[in-house]
Amino acid sequence: MRRLKVFTSLVKDSLDTTTQGSKRYHIWMAFLTFIMLVGMYCYSVQLEFGLSVTGMTDRVSWGLYISNFTFLVGVAAAAVMLVMPTYVLKDIDFKQAVLIGEGLAVAALIMCLAFVVADMGGPSVLWHMIPGIGVFNFPNSMLAWDVIVLNGYLFLNISIPFYILFKRYQGKTPDPKIYVPGAILSVFWAVAIHLVTAFLYQGLQARPFWNNALLGPRFLASAFAAGPALIILVLAIIRTFTEFKIEDKTIKKIGMIVAVAAQINLIMLVSELFKEFYAPTHHSESAYYLFFGLHGKNALLPWIWTAIPLNVLATIILTFGKLRNNFKVLYFACFILFIAIWIEKGFGLIVPGFIPGPYGKIAEYTPTGIEIGVTMGIWALGAFIFTILAKTAIKIETGKLRFKKK
Amino acid sequence: MSDHNNKKWFSLNLGNGKKEAKGSCGCGKTSGGCGSHTNNHQMSDAQFDAAVDASIGQEKHKDGFDQVFDVKMDRRTAFRQLTASLLIGAGAVSSSCSVVVDDEAKEKAQIDWEEQFKGNYKLMTDNEKKSTVDRLMRSYELRKGKSINMSAANAEEDVLFGYAFNISKCQGYMDCVSACVEENNQDRNSQMQYIRIHEMKDGQGFNFNEADDNYYHEVPAEGHFYMGTQCFHCDNPPCVDVCPVQATWREDDGLVVIDYDWCVGCRYCMAACPYDGRRFNWSTPEVPENEINKNQHYLGNRMRKKGVMEKCTFCVQRSRAGKNPACVDACPTGARIFGNLLDPNSTIRWVLENKKVFRLKEDLGTEPKFWYFMD
Repeated sequence: MRRLKVFTSLVKDSLDTTTQGSKRYHIWMAFLTFIMLVGMYCYSVQLEFGLSVTGMTDRVSWGLYISNFTFLVGVAAAAVMLVMPTYVLKDIDFKQAVLIGEGLAVAALIMCLAFVVADMGGPSVLWHMIPGIGVFNFPNSMLAWDVIVLNGYLFLNISIPFYILFKRYQGKTPDPKIYVPGAILSVFWAVAIHLVTAFLYQGLQARPFWNNALLGPRFLASAFAAGPALIILVLAIIRTFTEFKIEDKTIKKIGMIVAVAAQINLIMLVSELFKEFYAPTHHSESAYYLFFGLHGKNALLPWIWTAIPLNVLATIILTFGKLRNNFKVLYFACFILFIAIWIEKGFGLIVPGFIPGPYGKIAEYTPTGIEIGVTMGIWALGAFIFTILAKTAIKIETGKLRFKKK
Repeated sequence: MSDHNNKKWFSLNLGNGKKEAKGSCGCGKTSGGCGSHTNNHQMSDAQFDAAVDASIGQEKHKDGFDQVFDVKMDRRTAFRQLTASLLIGAGAVSSSCSVVVDDEAKEKAQIDWEEQFKGNYKLMTDNEKKSTVDRLMRSYELRKGKSINMSAANAEEDVLFGYAFNISKCQGYMDCVSACVEENNQDRNSQMQYIRIHEMKDGQGFNFNEADDNYYHEVPAEGHFYMGTQCFHCDNPPCVDVCPVQATWREDDGLVVIDYDWCVGCRYCMAACPYDGRRFNWSTPEVPENEINKNQHYLGNRMRKKGVMEKCTFCVQRSRAGKNPACVDACPTGARIFGNLLDPNSTIRWVLENKKVFRLKEDLGTEPKFWYFMD
């Protein structure tokens, strides 16, 4: 009974917290709400006319939605890079950052699920996918696996921070015996969500561009570069705009993680490029299309040739400690790395899988305005959710929000 | 699945072969509780037949409600008529016509409800299959005022369908393509076609990269040969494995089919198909009313909705009725051969035994039941 009371009070307090703030905060939230509304309008158009309002066709049947989904699974998985040292290796440095990381994971997962739903042809029959009510093709379909691991990870990432904040809210210390096992589980789970998502593509013998053993490991490497890079940027913003103290040490350590992951990612990229271009086969055509264009069709060239130099430049900057420890440079490197991996793991991975088609047909894909609108709406939704979560969490962590202490 | 014990493609035998899907369900239970066994058949068959009989009689006529209201009139007349009818007496109106209308509306709503929450066709009993087919026929009649004939025929024993394509004979006339579109009620707006005819240059072999599958000129074009592709109804279909909801499966007679009402439209099967055999309804499919083929099968050419997958079914509505698929009958050159692979006297068996046949992308282990050969 007492718990329920505390919970009601927490919900009320967090509602108060999230609806009050500086002018800048209100403008930010209003801006996100506006983008979300635009996204919802675009989605309503898509619901009415079907997916024909997108740029996708029978030739390129997955596009912007699935690209973003794939990328965001990586961002969600990356929260683990903060969880592991904090809870498992008892490295206190990260404690400040870990709640932010988990909040980011929750926002990213909700965006993932939103992108999947946006991509569905029949959202009204999605209950067919709910185990128990529907018919689940488990364990054959990797998509069935993905539904399970993503929802499980979402549950873990909501419940652990919630437990910690709930205790702190009452002025108590969270019991490590309760949350550490969950944290350890989530470490393995994070690897699982990203590997399973990679297997979704990797397991298709029809698409040689994806059907390659390096895809899974490379997913992990790029995720552990892009995710923490985003966390650094978010921490930088939080440091500037709130009283939440994040030590330099923490950011530097995360910067190190980004650097190592980016290096591994680059090595794997080189390995992939070598395989595709040293002795090109029929199966290298997708890579040719991506990097050089095929038969005059070269829609992806500007994208990939933005991504590769950014990726290389960021990795070089991050490799040198002197550059990395200069925060302005670090933020810049993280920003360009994030963009580079978003292109590479999104567009650069999904679209070339379909080009050339099974019989060599080259039909290009360009997202439509509606598609971009829905995508931006979902990103705004993620930012909105994250802002709410972070604002409440920071208030509790800094001790400003306490049960019956207003 | 008769081929289970002697399948020809390579697969690791881990001692836990796939469960037989027929009759049981993905949840492992054999009776209600998982939702796939739901018996949402609430109207008894007798009542149903009575309802069908009652409405077939007046199929061509507008009923009372439509006679009064389905007439072009300006607002003033409409108002007057409405007021008049109200004055005459709401009781009389409701007892004479709107009871019928209410019943129809109710029936429509009932059908829609049951259709929305019915189970997966693959797991339905024959009775459940029959009732969903009856519902769909009735629904069409209520909406369009015309009756269709929909079959739920199951695979027959000792039948395994196979297809052979004679590359020497095909001249690229594309009669098969138009026959297929007409037979299978494909969306006319997006010009969806299950069959693609690839025009290839002589002397370059089977070079699909250089081939044109969208030509608009007189055929046969000088220096070219033609090759058709469609769904190959693989014995080991990758599309079936990846479907998260088992909305697509291989029937016992070898046909790879889709339950359009169970498909969630994720298009994973499309990505998994190495043969470009699957199509998606990007918008609501439209077929002019007078062009609709009313001889339908639940798994075949019945009307689809937007956001679901579809594909060639070897014209299940024809093949299970002992006929050739429409493309085979339409081909003016006799390049297409269809038949039962288990019947030693069938033409398809003769082709397989006497011609040098080959299949596409055999290295993928998909075991297509679609062979190519030359004279």
